[in-house]
Amino acid sequence: MASTSQQAHVSFDEERRTPLKRFQQFLHANPTTIPFIVLALSIALFSAIVGGRFFHPFNLSLVLQQVTIIAILGTAQTLIILTAGIDLSVGAIMVLSSVVMGRLAVLAGLPVPLAFMLGLLVGVACGLLNGFLVARLKLPPFIVTLGTWSIFGALNLWYSASQTIRQQEVAEAAPFLQFTGTAFNFLGARITLGSILMLIIAAFIWYLLNRTAFGRHVHATGDDPEAAKLAGINVTGTLIAVYTLAGFICSVAAWALIGRIGAISSISGATANLDSITAVVIGGTSLFGGRGSIIGTLVGALIVGVFRNGLALAGADSLWQEFAIGLLIIVAVAIDQWIRKVSA
Amino acid sequence: MNQTEQNTHAPVGVAPILQARNLVKRYGHVVAIDHAEFELYPGEILAVIGDNGAGKSSMIKALTGALRPDAGEILLEGRRVEFDSPLAARAAGIETVYQNLALSPALSIADNIFLGRERRSEGFLGKYFRKLDRDYMRKEARKHLNALGLLTIQNIDQPVETLSGGQRQGVAIARAVAFGSRVVIMDEPTAALGVKESRKVLDLILDVKRRGLPIVLISHNMPHVFEIADRIHIHRLGRRACVIRPQDYSMSDAVAIMTGAKEAPVH
Ligand SMILES: Nc1ncnc2c1ncn2[C@@H]1O[C@H](COP(=O)(O)OP(=O)(O)OP(=O)(O)O)[C@@H](O)[C@H]1O
Ligand SMILES: [Mg+2]
Repeated sequence: MASTSQQAHVSFDEERRTPLKRFQQFLHANPTTIPFIVLALSIALFSAIVGGRFFHPFNLSLVLQQVTIIAILGTAQTLIILTAGIDLSVGAIMVLSSVVMGRLAVLAGLPVPLAFMLGLLVGVACGLLNGFLVARLKLPPFIVTLGTWSIFGALNLWYSASQTIRQQEVAEAAPFLQFTGTAFNFLGARITLGSILMLIIAAFIWYLLNRTAFGRHVHATGDDPEAAKLAGINVTGTLIAVYTLAGFICSVAAWALIGRIGAISSISGATANLDSITAVVIGGTSLFGGRGSIIGTLVGALIVGVFRNGLALAGADSLWQEFAIGLLIIVAVAIDQWIRKVSA
Repeated sequence: MNQTEQNTHAPVGVAPILQARNLVKRYGHVVAIDHAEFELYPGEILAVIGDNGAGKSSMIKALTGALRPDAGEILLEGRRVEFDSPLAARAAGIETVYQNLALSPALSIADNIFLGRERRSEGFLGKYFRKLDRDYMRKEARKHLNALGLLTIQNIDQPVETLSGGQRQGVAIARAVAFGSRVVIMDEPTAALGVKESRKVLDLILDVKRRGLPIVLISHNMPHVFEIADRIHIHRLGRRACVIRPQDYSMSDAVAIMTGAKEAPVH
């Protein structure tokens, strides 16, 4: 008797749910559907505006190359945001690493592998510094990385003396640094090794997050650090590892960056920060930590790339790209907030 | 009154398995633990009762490495220990169901049960790529939940946040019981449970006792406490007021001592 009345009650509840509420619940259970929906919508939008030009293999190759940097930084950013943190310094770390690689190899004449390794080391050190400040000194990630963004940026300007190392110089002294720009043909599209590198990094981080204990600990740390600690997880160590790994990925992104633009410039990659955060958030990773996915981030990076490319093709001034990305991130955060409310 | 001179109804000639002496913990001006004594003997069920804010959870946290006491010492099987993290206490065989359950809402039931002690695959992938043995963990998690018999869970991969309060409590209890090898501590394990589910947890506690493991049960439910406890530790104002045996006192006497309406007995 009691159970029938309970069931009646449940189905009553079910009926009263509006379609919107049900959609919200569906998204809560399947957050990765959002980026796919948004990607489809944005492709539809821009193909309507600019027509077939958008689908030209040459243009798609271009989108993919633009997306490569955003996606690599996005995987680093995903790791951080999963721990309920944020890293505003990813772009600065990438550029600083690329300048270190370039100046040491081209201007200082160090052996290229050594210069390359030192560039990677700079990324690791930057990440370690962020991790130390966040995990050990317990400072808020937003403020820490806002500060280090500025610090790494200043170091970069000082060390590079605001000089650009031209493409020709890099090609002569350190062709290895441009290796990621090597392209090959795939179904009529031009694919660079940088894009392959991106896929390898994404696959590696996916594996780490979904198939290893470390991945479980990253999720638990972002989900509820207090509970994670009581469950026996080394939260401080996990955070430091995450920020350091993110720094390393940023320095690998530096390699992809040099391959993409050929030259090495202290002012490249200016939009990388916001783009990577936008990619992660629109990709369904929650800024509140604990939930998210690498696949979502890759799709999120594609969305950002499609917006930038579509607007450029439509002949809009580049300021409208910034406008659109700004809008996109606010909408993404609003959606995230709305989905989180489902359990309340 | 010297606490150590009290009759704590300790079994004769048996050394405590877990013991605390003179524990102190302050939060600013609040003294959460005020020179508290604690003893747990092998094979017993020790209930800890006390008013809200008496400092029960704080004492449990100090015993299990979740909180560092300002002073005092903790002894496990007579040896002095200093747990610098819950992990250290777990490694020593002490499993705890914390009052706030310590579950990760977004992780699955199986992930939560194995959180912090994940098992790697055998062979190459596990050894060199640290691959988790997810099938094994799922299977074991399901086994532990079934043994508990208090959950009707269809999907072991379900995120914990989708479970009811009682089911969550079940997951936390299953985790502690599955891994406890020396001591199991439960801070209000039946608080969110219905009558039937509470019964199952009590049976489970008796089951664990039969396996030879001592249990600390913190509870506000006097009938439960008086039914299954061997000894009752009454906590008041951050310290142990006394230890009584359920057969010697009525529930209302225990509550009176707990609230200070009645003087703690000195035998
Ligand atoms: N992290 C903290 N910061 C400051 N004060 C705290 C903290 N944790 C506990 N306290 C204080 O310590 C005292 C004891 O709290 P505790 O949680 O141990 O009580 P309790 O006996 O478990 O209560 P309840 O029955 O409500 O669970 C309370 O006054 C509480 O406010
Ligand atoms: Mg408590």
